[in-house]
Amino acid sequence: MQDFPWLTVLIAAPTVGALIVWLGGGPVRRYARQIAFVWSLVVLVLAIVIWIQFAGGPGLGVQFAERYEWIPGFGVSYAVGVSGVGLVLIMLSVILVPVVLLAAWREQSSPARQAHYAALVLVLETFMIAVFAARDVFFFYLLFEAMLIPVYFLIGSFGGAGAKKAALKFLLYSLAGGLVMLAGVIAVWTEGPGGRDGFLVDNLTGIDWGSAQAERLIFLAFFVAFAVKAPMFPVHTWLPDAAQAAKPGTSVLLVGVLDKVGTFGMVALCLPLFPDASRWAAPVIVVLAVVSIFWGAFLALGQKDILRMIAYTSVSHFGFIVLGIFAFTETAEIGSAFYMVNHGLSTGGLFLLAGFLIARRGTQDMTLMGGGLQRTTPLLAGTFLVVGLSAVALPGLSTFVSEFMVLVGSYQRWPAAAVISALGVIMAALYILIAYQKIFTGPVREDLAGTRDLGARELWVVGPLIALLLVLGFSPTPVTDKLSDPAAVVVEQVSVQEEGDQP
Amino acid sequence: MSTLTLGLLTPAVLSEPAISIDWTTLSPVLIVLGAAVASTLIEAVASSRRRDRVFVQPPFLRVAQVALSLLAVAAAGLLSLQLALYSRDATGFNANGAVVIDPMALYLQLAIAACGLIALLVIADRTVQGDDAFAPQASAIPGSDYEHKARARSISQTDVYPLVLFSIGGMMLFPAAGDLITLFVALEVLSLPLYLLVGMARHRRLWSQEASLKYFLLGAFASAFFLFGAAWVYGATGSLKLTEIATAVAAPNGLDPILFVGVVGILVGLFFKVGAVPFHSWTPDVYQGAPTPITGFMAACTKIAAFGVLLRIVYSTVPSLIADLKPVLWTVAILTMVVGTVIGLVQKDVKRLLAYSAIAHAGFILTGVASLSPEGLSGSLFYLFTYGVATVGGFGVIALVREVDSEGHMRGEATGLDQWRGLGRRSPLLAGTFAIFLLSFAGIPLTSGFVAKFAVFAAAFEAGAWPLAIVGLACSAAAAFFYARVIVAMFFEAPATEEAVTSGLAEGGLDGGLGIGVRTLGLTQIAIAVSLGFTLVLGLVPGWFLSLTQGLAELLQ
Repeated sequence: MQDFPWLTVLIAAPTVGALIVWLGGGPVRRYARQIAFVWSLVVLVLAIVIWIQFAGGPGLGVQFAERYEWIPGFGVSYAVGVSGVGLVLIMLSVILVPVVLLAAWREQSSPARQAHYAALVLVLETFMIAVFAARDVFFFYLLFEAMLIPVYFLIGSFGGAGAKKAALKFLLYSLAGGLVMLAGVIAVWTEGPGGRDGFLVDNLTGIDWGSAQAERLIFLAFFVAFAVKAPMFPVHTWLPDAAQAAKPGTSVLLVGVLDKVGTFGMVALCLPLFPDASRWAAPVIVVLAVVSIFWGAFLALGQKDILRMIAYTSVSHFGFIVLGIFAFTETAEIGSAFYMVNHGLSTGGLFLLAGFLIARRGTQDMTLMGGGLQRTTPLLAGTFLVVGLSAVALPGLSTFVSEFMVLVGSYQRWPAAAVISALGVIMAALYILIAYQKIFTGPVREDLAGTRDLGARELWVVGPLIALLLVLGFSPTPVTDKLSDPAAVVVEQVSVQEEGDQP
Repeated sequence: MSTLTLGLLTPAVLSEPAISIDWTTLSPVLIVLGAAVASTLIEAVASSRRRDRVFVQPPFLRVAQVALSLLAVAAAGLLSLQLALYSRDATGFNANGAVVIDPMALYLQLAIAACGLIALLVIADRTVQGDDAFAPQASAIPGSDYEHKARARSISQTDVYPLVLFSIGGMMLFPAAGDLITLFVALEVLSLPLYLLVGMARHRRLWSQEASLKYFLLGAFASAFFLFGAAWVYGATGSLKLTEIATAVAAPNGLDPILFVGVVGILVGLFFKVGAVPFHSWTPDVYQGAPTPITGFMAACTKIAAFGVLLRIVYSTVPSLIADLKPVLWTVAILTMVVGTVIGLVQKDVKRLLAYSAIAHAGFILTGVASLSPEGLSGSLFYLFTYGVATVGGFGVIALVREVDSEGHMRGEATGLDQWRGLGRRSPLLAGTFAIFLLSFAGIPLTSGFVAKFAVFAAAFEAGAWPLAIVGLACSAAAAFFYARVIVAMFFEAPATEEAVTSGLAEGGLDGGLGIGVRTLGLTQIAIAVSLGFTLVLGLVPGWFLSLTQGLAELLQ
């Protein structure tokens, strides 16, 4: 079965769906959202087949590898393959896409716009899957940049007030980061081994970059781009604007998956390719990560706009992920990768629930949005509370497992940072519970008495996410098993020349 | 000695008994120039009196001229391709060294013919109302009675075709020229028709004529610089032939300062033609004032031809002067990128915006030139073709977006950025295509523009010209902003309302009309589709084309 190009099929499938929706005539257009939704489920099934075939266990490394020469003159190959981390993030993407399509069922005014939205989401899905599967630095960079375009249109064309500006800000931040990375990619080509396959990650792992100076500069070029994408303090300011202006469904993909490309890039490219530079930069990065945790949390506390608040909580969560990555211990690496998945589920759920609230109340302002909605819409309140508590990392939910692993793992290398970061959990409890209190508790406002509770479609949107948060909270092993091997490999790669400092 | 004493009046070529000419390798240029002459004769025979008769009525004349031009350029392109593929050994010096038909010349001729062919389609196109881009009589005073009458009788120009053919012929000869005289002649053959063509816009005649005059005057300066430089080079080396100059330059003879001044003079002439800063001041006005199809044509083809000569001179004629020329090239490249980008940021007119984009792109190509390595040469050649094709397509789109006034009459091109608002809703296909061209200009992956940028910046890095590459990357990031502005206007902004249109026109504002995609005979659409195809294919699978340019670069070394 390994000869079948599973990954290529998985990568191509969503785009085929998008083309059907885009180019299809009248009847296709009328049922565009149904077709797109079913198509995304097919992609999900395909991904599950790959998941089942993926062999766990130590030493298996990258699987489903495929490689074809693409631009031999520049050493570029079309090379895909998944490690455990890549596979887990691909799963996250293909789970979130149908959820987002379902959530956007009634968002667009006309069938043409619905078709356009669904097609853009499917195109984005192709890029998301491909970027997590890319095993060639140049190919990764291509996808990293190209995926800006569908997101740009998703924010700009379909967003609310201020969407144009937010889309432009997003694009310029990302392009600026991307061009810094392009300098790094060019330097990889000129400083690296070169040749017809000079950009393969496998050929670049563990090589000597000539001088520490060169390695550090190239590392920084990559890291800056990933930090913008992730986003980390101080280059996070595009995210709240984008999240506020975009449709919540878009934000789910933007924050839940796209931003993970940044952290994934750190794990999959920065650490293996530039181990010495990674260790060199780690202290500063860890400080920035801790600042991100608190900066995001403080600003989340001060927000009135619910979408902005969720965006800032994400900045805080990304701080934890980066802290775990740059702790270079197995526990922390597993924790970080698992955190990426859980954050996608948890924040995705928050954005979607916020979207349901906004659809009912017509405002994004938490102070105007509610008051006592607990009584009138118990399901909405309950799901919001569960998902919200997952952002606080309550034991029993999967987020607890990952946050705990990140903190324990980081403590082994950066005790001070870990201890300080643990306080971030308290902040998280504050911002979530205050938001909950504003919207859902207290006496029922008269004008809100008739507010609709969650309908069946909406339950189907958040249900799977909550189920996953709970199941993975009690039994995280199906996922963490996939992550332990890549974590061990990465730790070995980074620490290979470090004397007497084994985790 | 005879060459020295007799000087320019009797070049060495004439003193030799026989000139050997290989007609085969010259045929691409000769076909185009021959067609140009034939086309001129058609114009002369079908004089305005006889045009009333059946056989030479304007429609017939127009079809004949269009068909002749397209066939000639296509044949020339195919011949270049055939020569490049099958008769490598037959190529080389021709007409006693006055012309050098080597693989690089053939590549550039092919690129010029391809872009010229696509541009000719745009030039030949008319709206369904029979409105083309050119004034009925170039000599008529703008707004005069004569002009109204001519328009009412649907008299239209067909003398654009011989002019374009002459220009293409000159462009094809330019990068194949083997001595300084041929270079200068080719430069004039390509430039003079362009000066005229720029002044022939149907709409906004005054802008067009101003642009024409400006281009002519500044172009004359540039030609003078070129000639001046050529004279100094001749003085320093005693020869006009590029190969002999190369030999003379390689052997130091104490005349280096003179030689340097001469070479810089020649380069200034070329910098002017490619629109490099500080010789760029004509570009925005001329690009804006010229008829849009001509803008696309000159932006693409002139650039290919002039950069071709620049590459030949820098890489194979004066390589031993490289150490002296480096500061010049670096300064011009950096200035060009920065000025083009920064001033482009504040433009409000689509044609002007693309003009500044063209300046910035000249800077990016100069980065490839200034890296002075085979990779730089290969990258520049790749860049020239991809940029040229996308440019013709981009201006083709602009030619299709016209103003409509409140009564629904079609007017000139709607080039104001305001008028492009909401174009994505009115003409999604057209706006989408333009967006892809813009993304390619911005260097977004999966378009040819990205591969081209990567090629020149990688070459610059590798050759140690990393400051150029860094400036280039920074400028690319900034330039993305002004391309994004057009995309924002087209897709994210609501179109101007009917009332705004009407009031804008009432005040006589040029930017009052609403831009819409216009229906034409379909030639422009074909041109745009071909350009789009190249832009996407060379973005997705550029390998084969890159190995071609890399092969060329190795041959020239």
